[in-house]
Amino acid sequence: MEQEKHPIGLKIRGGTKVYPGTVALKNADFDLRMGAVNVLVGENGAGKSTMMKVIAGVEQLTSGSIFVGGKEVILTSTEEAARHGIGIVFQELNLFPNMTVADNIFINRERTRYGVDIDRAKQREATRKLMKRLEHDIDPDALVGDLKVGQQQIVEIAKSLAQNARILILDEPTSALSAAEVEILFRVIEELKRDGVGIVYISHRLEELIRVGDYITVLRDGVITGARSMEGVDIPWIVLNMIGDASKDFPKTLDHPFGDEIFRAEDVYLPNSSGGFTVNGVSMSLKAGEILGVYGLMGAGRTEFVETAMGRYPHARGTFYVDGKEAKSPHVSDRIKMGLAIIPEDRKQDGLVQILSIRENMTLSSLGDLSTAGHLDLAKEKKTVGDYVKQLLIKIASPENPVSSLSGGNQQKVVIGKALMTKPKVLLMDEPSRGIDIGAKAEVFRVMRQLAAEGLGIIFVTSDLEEVLGLSDRIVVMSNGKITGEFTQETATETALITASAVGHAASHEHKETVS
Amino acid sequence: MTAMTSSTVPSGNSSALLVLLKARTFIALILVVAFFSAAAPNFLSTANLVIMSKHVALNAFLAIGMTFVIISGGIDLSVGSIVGLCGMVAGYLVLNGIDVGLGWSVQFNTLEICLIVIAVGIFIGAINAFLITKLNVAPFIATLGTLYVARGTAMLSSDGRTFPNLNGNAEYGSDTFRWIGAGDIFGIPASILMLIVVGVLATYIASRTPLGRFIYAVGGNERAAGLSGVKVNRVKYFVYMFSGFCGALVGIIISSQLVASHPATGDTFELNAIAAAVLGGTSMAGGRGKIGGTIVGAFVIGVLSDGLVMMGVSSFWQTVIKGLVIIAAVVIDQAQQRVQARVALQAQAAIG
Repeated sequence: MEQEKHPIGLKIRGGTKVYPGTVALKNADFDLRMGAVNVLVGENGAGKSTMMKVIAGVEQLTSGSIFVGGKEVILTSTEEAARHGIGIVFQELNLFPNMTVADNIFINRERTRYGVDIDRAKQREATRKLMKRLEHDIDPDALVGDLKVGQQQIVEIAKSLAQNARILILDEPTSALSAAEVEILFRVIEELKRDGVGIVYISHRLEELIRVGDYITVLRDGVITGARSMEGVDIPWIVLNMIGDASKDFPKTLDHPFGDEIFRAEDVYLPNSSGGFTVNGVSMSLKAGEILGVYGLMGAGRTEFVETAMGRYPHARGTFYVDGKEAKSPHVSDRIKMGLAIIPEDRKQDGLVQILSIRENMTLSSLGDLSTAGHLDLAKEKKTVGDYVKQLLIKIASPENPVSSLSGGNQQKVVIGKALMTKPKVLLMDEPSRGIDIGAKAEVFRVMRQLAAEGLGIIFVTSDLEEVLGLSDRIVVMSNGKITGEFTQETATETALITASAVGHAASHEHKETVS
Repeated sequence: MTAMTSSTVPSGNSSALLVLLKARTFIALILVVAFFSAAAPNFLSTANLVIMSKHVALNAFLAIGMTFVIISGGIDLSVGSIVGLCGMVAGYLVLNGIDVGLGWSVQFNTLEICLIVIAVGIFIGAINAFLITKLNVAPFIATLGTLYVARGTAMLSSDGRTFPNLNGNAEYGSDTFRWIGAGDIFGIPASILMLIVVGVLATYIASRTPLGRFIYAVGGNERAAGLSGVKVNRVKYFVYMFSGFCGALVGIIISSQLVASHPATGDTFELNAIAAAVLGGTSMAGGRGKIGGTIVGAFVIGVLSDGLVMMGVSSFWQTVIKGLVIIAAVVIDQAQQRVQARVALQAQAAIG
């Protein structure tokens, strides 16, 4: 019955999308129902974003077809998709910070007099109406760059509304919103639903999904593993479909005793631009040989915590001890000398100098050891690089090739090699498996295990449940900049971790409005 | 078997093409020299070659400093003005010494004068670096500012007049000042010897020291370099101070060659230096470039303009030709990047 109330507005049949090296979407059949919230869930790299990019015209299917309103369409660009009434709010905001709110909303669709002169008054008026609908008091003439991230998100949504989108895709719309702002967003969604708009809603916050969704589609490794109406769906069902029953584990073959405490952080605070704290009073301790998993959603402050430990933010507060000694100097180079090393989350931006060769990237942190009185020993450098390439099983044609010619997994191993060359005592790994294929993942995890067995302490940040449960000796969960749970291997369960990671965001169930 | 040959043939072609593209500045130099040898009769005479080298050396000094700055991801527009100001400082010191009041003045010998002038050049470079690292001014703007300030200061130092007759005074030991521009050792002009020393030093820094590697890393990806423990600000201080040092050397050499210093000296020299660096394969985006390439690039520009003069080509046409050569250089550089990326990807694909 509900199925009839919500007609299918768009469907994908046999959708497959192949990227060089990976299949992002495999033979997917997806129905998008109008006047309802179609929730899409899956782990990072499961293919959610790929599917939405296909619908929004950003990417084209390798094979398979898309139907809008029963007719097959070929969406070659976002404009093409917009003509079919499809609007998307990307996770990374696509706004111009140096332009006003009104200008942003009407970009490329400016209201003009005689086709040339922009009618600012009209745009301002329309913007004000949109803001009223979204219950936000944002001045149309304010610069987008001056707005808070949450407000920017609202502007993005307003932009899609202004195009009269019939299908609206929201990719993690609440990741930057406060609880009150989330409430408003949900009211707007209700209203849009009543107008018959079909909404696709992507989020990692399962509670939120259950509250707002009418239909749910679960993706795993590019395959749709579950699709049904939201009735009767609970978190364990979602988790089961996200991860699969036979959870492939990363066997902990090397059992070894832990050493003494090798790393300790006390009361770490990192202020953010909106007056709060991105990292809010975090303390943790790590033993030699231990792998400590830090689980949390995007924006929970995990990345910022490890970067603070590394000395990236001079304005952060808190003390760090490595091997009993306090880290006094805030410089990254001194932290490296003390025995810390980081594998950054964003390999491209923070991990590698793409233009330089593999060799030059690998030795960048340890040139001091490879030189005497400012003179580089090139022969020794070459040999050391060769040793690490062999040890980490990096597949390269020549260490002189630019690092950009490597696949993601091999690039990651180069970053790991760079960190290991500094002879660290503690390794901070931020999403070490991000953007690399399954084989390379297993390799990276094997290396992690082996390093821990050799007595290295590893702090490993991830938003992948399977990984954190399979690899960690101990798990800390972060949410909203705080530690919200600590588990041992025995006490950690998927549900417990997810619950802890939602503390401070939890959309309460009592408010759930029944629309059907 | 067939599959193997078909896969190796294109990569072999690409590799050969790549070698040609990489050596393009050198090939251009050979072509230019060959052309003028045929077209201008006196071109290959020793006297002409020495004069030409002296011209080229001035630009080459600045271009070496500029190359480091550009590799680190910045730009130094102030070098031309540093040349002018340092020339004025040198001229002032040779003529007047430093007035300490009460009718006393301190006089310096040639070495001391050179050291003071070099210190001034390095100091202006340090100001550039301070503006860029501590005050977060974009390099283009910061050095544009110092360009005007230094030029204005040079004008003020003499009210726009020339310091003439810098013959020095044997009593103070500054009579050897002229030797820098006019002297030679075993027939090789002093300025050329200095260029060789600075060139070798810069090449050594770029290829065999951690500092050199850091310069490339900062220009390639400042964030990644920072997280790898590179002291980014220190690297930037070095490159701008080195550029200032090169500017000071040129200021000394010119005022010694002319036996006079004029405050407008060095106007638009920075543009020639950038041109030489770009011609030599330095990427304006940072992270890529070679000192050797830059020196060859400086020679291409220098040989081209001197050769055209000898052929009697109008200076207006010279300017046009110089511009076309620079544009062509960058276009070919883009082609090289594409071929290089393809060769690397093919090699990577071959091992799976």
